Amino acid sequence: MSITSFTRRGLLAAGTALTLTFGTLTAAQAQTPPGVLIVGQIAEPKSLDPAAVTAVNDFRILMNVYDGLVRYKDGTLEVEPALATDWTISEDGTEYTFTLREGVSFHDGAPFNAEAVKFNFDRMLDEGHPFHDTGPFPLAFFFSSVESVEAVDALTVKFTLSEPYAPFLSNLAYPTGLLVSPAAVEQYGADYGRNPAGTGPFKFAEWRANEAVVIEANPDYWDGAPELQAVVFRPITDANTRTAEMLAGGIDLMVEVPPVALSEFQGETYTVHEQAGPHVWFLILNAKEGPFSDKRVRQAANYAVNKEALVNDVLEGTAEVAAGPTPPAFAWAYNDDLEPYPYDPEKAKELLAEAGAEGAELTFYVTEGGSGMLDPIAMGTAIQADLNAVGFDTKIETYEWNTFLGEVNPGLEGKADMAEMAWMTNDPDTLPFLALRSDAWPDKGGFNSGYYSNAEVDELLEAARVATNQDERAELYKQMQTIVQEDAPWVFVANWKQNAATSERVENFSLQPSFFLLLDEVVKN
Amino acid sequence: MTGYILKRLLSAIPVLLGITVIVFAIMALIPGDPATAILGSYATPENVEKLNRDLGLDKPLVQQYFIWLGNMLGGDFGTSFSLNRPVLDEVVERFGATLVLAGTAFVLCSIFGIVAGVISAANQYGWADKSITFAVLLGISIPSFFLGMMMILIFAVKLRWFPVSGMWPIYGDRDLCALIQHLTLPAIALAVVATGVIARLSRSAMLEVLRQDFIRTARAKGVHERGVIWRHALKAAMVSIIPVLGIQAGFVLSGAVYIEIVFQWPGVGRMLVDAILKRDILLVQGGVVLVAACYVLFNIAVDVAQSLLDPRIKT
Repeated sequence: MSITSFTRRGLLAAGTALTLTFGTLTAAQAQTPPGVLIVGQIAEPKSLDPAAVTAVNDFRILMNVYDGLVRYKDGTLEVEPALATDWTISEDGTEYTFTLREGVSFHDGAPFNAEAVKFNFDRMLDEGHPFHDTGPFPLAFFFSSVESVEAVDALTVKFTLSEPYAPFLSNLAYPTGLLVSPAAVEQYGADYGRNPAGTGPFKFAEWRANEAVVIEANPDYWDGAPELQAVVFRPITDANTRTAEMLAGGIDLMVEVPPVALSEFQGETYTVHEQAGPHVWFLILNAKEGPFSDKRVRQAANYAVNKEALVNDVLEGTAEVAAGPTPPAFAWAYNDDLEPYPYDPEKAKELLAEAGAEGAELTFYVTEGGSGMLDPIAMGTAIQADLNAVGFDTKIETYEWNTFLGEVNPGLEGKADMAEMAWMTNDPDTLPFLALRSDAWPDKGGFNSGYYSNAEVDELLEAARVATNQDERAELYKQMQTIVQEDAPWVFVANWKQNAATSERVENFSLQPSFFLLLDEVVKN
Repeated sequence: MTGYILKRLLSAIPVLLGITVIVFAIMALIPGDPATAILGSYATPENVEKLNRDLGLDKPLVQQYFIWLGNMLGGDFGTSFSLNRPVLDEVVERFGATLVLAGTAFVLCSIFGIVAGVISAANQYGWADKSITFAVLLGISIPSFFLGMMMILIFAVKLRWFPVSGMWPIYGDRDLCALIQHLTLPAIALAVVATGVIARLSRSAMLEVLRQDFIRTARAKGVHERGVIWRHALKAAMVSIIPVLGIQAGFVLSGAVYIEIVFQWPGVGRMLVDAILKRDILLVQGGVVLVAACYVLFNIAVDVAQSLLDPRIKT
């Protein structure tokens, strides 16, 4: 058998060759160096121009490269000074005058001053600005109430608003309000997003497409140089692969650990961080037509859904039960007196019988994924089972996320009785203003896809948005939450706790309620 | 021969034009638009309309198609919405990565597949044949993404012989050694199924040839068995093996999508999946057209190779 003898010899040779190759190749997987933090991100960033991006994934990098006039105080959603040292608000709430921090420069050497601030907002808002074409700026409407920005002197800048707008300060702390170097925008034009310069604790160093974004410590940072030498953001879109990289030591910090993978990170070697954020997961109910036009049926749905089981079993404890439309992360505006609708199928059946809606057929829109949607299919099927158990007849229709938004945002009328939805906002104003007012019905350009309408809620929301006194705003929002919970335009389901895992080499890390990733205090050994 | 090649190249033009129409129509027909994808929860009709205008998507579809086609013929594939960089740069870079992965997998599956098939056929019903047939069945039956995940778990997480994902190390030199280290697991995971298919078909092609008269003649002339198998029989069998290789090259390329996702290989398949989910119209269209063009060219190359090997195929 010459063939096999040849093969045996061949196999032997090949085997030897392979062994030799592996011997050189597997010379120890390089350990990540100290002082350099490797972060496993969920996607490739779109751009490092804060005015041009919309995704939390991109914000995680930006918050470390840039500063805004104001920022959120560590561990809260309350505004504190950053590049502005203080500010005054005019009596009528339409003029904000900021005093700027002295002696700050952008990473490219350009000075930070009032002109730079004016340049930033004009670029975003003024269609005639020479660099408006470096957009589009999808979230510019956060500042749509800004009428003009004026550089009073080198270190004083005045914003004039068309009407009082309470979330203005909070929006300035959001990534869309981060300040870019005008000189760098002038130099790179449309390519600015890949050549960014801010004033933040880290400077941009390198962007290797589809591999990594590298930022390096800014030793001259006005708030003290960071502990780390550099941070590497690696896009790893697949959650299982991200988990495997973490277990293999290829990354030091992993964001958005899938609930099923949390058990991998128990024990000494890893730390799992959790932080409830300004997120609410709910079901929009069609209050205009069909069974949910009756308040009792909407309340019945709230009693019927076992929210404890959803957050503990489906979401493996990565969320908490929501009580109303406002997430508790907005501590000052949250109504502590609200208790979530208890899981009470008997009560739900009673309400259904009272309303004569037993056996009501429901069309339920479920999405396959999407930003902040957690585990929408598993949650949808669990909710369907709960609703059917009290006498509804629920039919699920599943859509891919973008298609889903295209169906839900124009309103549910004539199509569905309920739909899943989740929101993450940076202030307590935006979500109810855009999704609960009568003037926010889809035909008027809002997101009130379930056509909820209550004149009292409308009034409270309009008043809270223009009031400049925080206590007054808090009072108005607390009243709103009580009424909305009773009216039940949504089934209030969950508030997501964002999570992250770090290796034992990482110290001083904590997640922020804003869901931003702040790394200037972090140490890696 | 030159005339044949030219004819095949000309016939590719209507195919490619058809592809541009189909991919454009699909992207126009699927629900959801880039503005909604970019704005997410903030996609009010007003915001969507403004952003679509900024993105140049408010023109009639036919006009959009011809603008796109015209720009493309001039070498301008536009700028990706979701990555904010020229489509051509992105696709060329990503396609390069896919070719490295798929090319390696293709070489692996061709060599191992043909060798296994030949050994199998030469030892029909012997122990080598039986064990190869069994291994082939196993290889064909394992979904490649599952195999990939298991390989990551065993060789990257537990044994730490290889990196989990990516194409290049985050630190250190970008040399061949680093590339091979990153390439080994995904290339093997991608090659396994195709190796099985090629081995099966090579085996039957060889068995067919080994029954023919000229083999008996060769043996009668006293040609060494090794020469009979590897020189005479394999050369004749290659005529039926090469078209299979062509088809498998296509499977390896399309199978690369799953492998690229599991191993975070920065290839064109993963790029297209991301681009479709983000409704990044220009990136999807440009990517599909370029990949299709390569696929068409590759098929022409296979046909030409076949006609060179087998004079009976008319040129």
